[in-house]
Amino acid sequence: MDLTALADCVTTASCLVTQTTSGLIVGMLLFLVAAGLTLIFGVLKIVNFAHGTFYMLGAYLAFTVFQITDSYTLGVLAGGVGMAIFGAVFERVLIARVYGANVLMQLLICYAVVLICDDLVKIIWGADFKAMGMPPEFQVPPLFIAGGVVPPFYILLITVALVIGGGLGLTLALTRIGKIIRAAAHNPSMVSALGINTTLLYSLVFAVGGALAGLAGGLAAPVRSLTPGMGFSILIESFIVTVIGGMGSIAGALIAAIVLGLIRSFGTIGFPLFTEGLMFIVMIIILVVKPSGLFGKEIV
Amino acid sequence: MIVGRRALLGGAAGALAMPFVARAQANPIKIGVQSIFSGPIALLGTSSKAAVQMEIDRINASGGLLGRQIQPIYRDSKGQPQEAARVARELVNSDGCEILLNAEASSGAFAVQEVVRDLGVLCVHSNSETSSLTADPKMRVATAFRSARQGVHDAIVGGSHSAKVADAKKLTKWATAAPDYAYGRDTTAQFIEFLKHFKPDVEIVSQSWPKLGQPDFTEVITKILQAKPQALYTPIYAGDLSAFINQGNVYALFSAMTVFCPPMGDLPVLTAVKSLPAGIQSANRYLPTFPDTTDNRAWYEAYRKANNNDYPTNWSWENACAMKFIEAAVKKAGSTDGKKAADAMRGITIEVPFSTTGKVTMRAEDNTMVDYAIGWGTTVPQAPFVTGIEAADWGQILELEKEWKKSNGYS
Repeated sequence: MDLTALADCVTTASCLVTQTTSGLIVGMLLFLVAAGLTLIFGVLKIVNFAHGTFYMLGAYLAFTVFQITDSYTLGVLAGGVGMAIFGAVFERVLIARVYGANVLMQLLICYAVVLICDDLVKIIWGADFKAMGMPPEFQVPPLFIAGGVVPPFYILLITVALVIGGGLGLTLALTRIGKIIRAAAHNPSMVSALGINTTLLYSLVFAVGGALAGLAGGLAAPVRSLTPGMGFSILIESFIVTVIGGMGSIAGALIAAIVLGLIRSFGTIGFPLFTEGLMFIVMIIILVVKPSGLFGKEIV
Repeated sequence: MIVGRRALLGGAAGALAMPFVARAQANPIKIGVQSIFSGPIALLGTSSKAAVQMEIDRINASGGLLGRQIQPIYRDSKGQPQEAARVARELVNSDGCEILLNAEASSGAFAVQEVVRDLGVLCVHSNSETSSLTADPKMRVATAFRSARQGVHDAIVGGSHSAKVADAKKLTKWATAAPDYAYGRDTTAQFIEFLKHFKPDVEIVSQSWPKLGQPDFTEVITKILQAKPQALYTPIYAGDLSAFINQGNVYALFSAMTVFCPPMGDLPVLTAVKSLPAGIQSANRYLPTFPDTTDNRAWYEAYRKANNNDYPTNWSWENACAMKFIEAAVKKAGSTDGKKAADAMRGITIEVPFSTTGKVTMRAEDNTMVDYAIGWGTTVPQAPFVTGIEAADWGQILELEKEWKKSNGYS
């Protein structure tokens, strides 16, 4: 524990800027994955343990498209669209069969998909790590703001994540389809009785969840190593975000992801040997004080 | 044609012996090879296996070992110590392996060491670089050996080389970032110890311990930048190193300080990183240009040809050595019995392309390999990626290692 270093950091503009940006970038990528997870849970009450796999496949798809086209934008879009289709197919072919079934059955199906996809990745892309590399347009020196270091690529990632998150929130709050999704989260039988095709709706929710995770994978691909099984570590952190934010709450996921990112960035200075533990301690404290999570009552 | 009595008896004896010959051929020597074949450092397992298989194919093509073919049984421990121990036991007790080639990282190697202590089979740890595995007499096991480079050897050479660079560039403020497990902690402590031995005015201003397989190193990188060191030591490796470099590049980490990264000098990393920064100080992990010999280049070409044009790694040459040591010891002992083969392996010298002298020795006093090629050079963005490699002085390594063992109560 180095509280002096932590105090020095939060009172120094350069450290504050650098660590805050660092926390935001970790948090925003986490938010994109967790947002999909929490959306699926909010509407379908399914805890999608295969969500990390969407992230992994999105990253690999983006990597391949980037290699073929040299376009990062196309790569990221391919990750998002590919995982939207994958999410919808996953829901129709597998998950639709276990709605209302024992949670263990749902867990088993998700886990099977994780293992199958990990092996497929090994067969298609190989067991070794892959690196996409930074797109040439982002190979630029970092900016210095108040003495702090801020990479332009990370500004882009944070902005894109905020736009996607904001767009999702506004869609859910203001549009007709958003209202239907929220209504389905409260009372699916009533929505169905009103003549709305809930089968299509559930597939759509899975597609959106998959797209968010796929986009996160594609966005992160230039700076992260791609390996079979890479979805597992982000899945754990996404669950922490979902639980802290409140299961089913997009706004909660956003706040929790940022909090988690900041805990990591400042925790590594003040508690270098206990950063991971710190995240779980915060989760425990929040669950003790407010068992439903920060925004637990706010169902999507 | 008249067949004599002697010829008839000889023929009969031959015919009777046939089943035994056939049985010997059908009774292969099973060697259990366990490693990490999945997850972010799967490269450790795949590149180890490739080198092991090459040696086994060579041995089998030349008639096998003691007239028996070698049959490898590969198992994935996923890098989990408890799984590594379970797999090791299963390989011997259920699969009938007579020898273990333990290609685990250190976390798994320590777990397997205790299984070997219990079972008494011949075991070669081919990837664990944590010094205490063989240096600490309490850890040592009579039938277990190490064919991997050793952390303390790298630390001595790294300390000596880094001190020279630090003197020339006046680098006194250092930071470290190492994986948070035995290997990372051990090698970092040893590196600092020897860096200070050669350059006492060095000050460590920041230390970070990211998790193995951590996807994002951003907070580690920014923490290092905040400490404003003049130099960084990092033994992060494989996929983690690639991510660390890609993420470090966006923060211009490598132009802000001189980076010393021993695991950098491995071709899969050097070729996978799309924007390799120039000027990183690195040890040779495996490079076809060091030692710069025909044998080393020939082995490199053969490896790529046999493995889909993949690049060999540091783990590949260590595992090639493991199989060559096993071959030499079993031949010398005339048996795969753990005790007999171990007695034969102790002190044995074999010819390999991975040494500046063309030979490596399994040192008898602590069952560990010495005389392999170690050197440090500087990265350049294109092939050969590491240039100006300076070979280490094994006389200095052995002398300082002796002092290190004494100071740690190991001798």
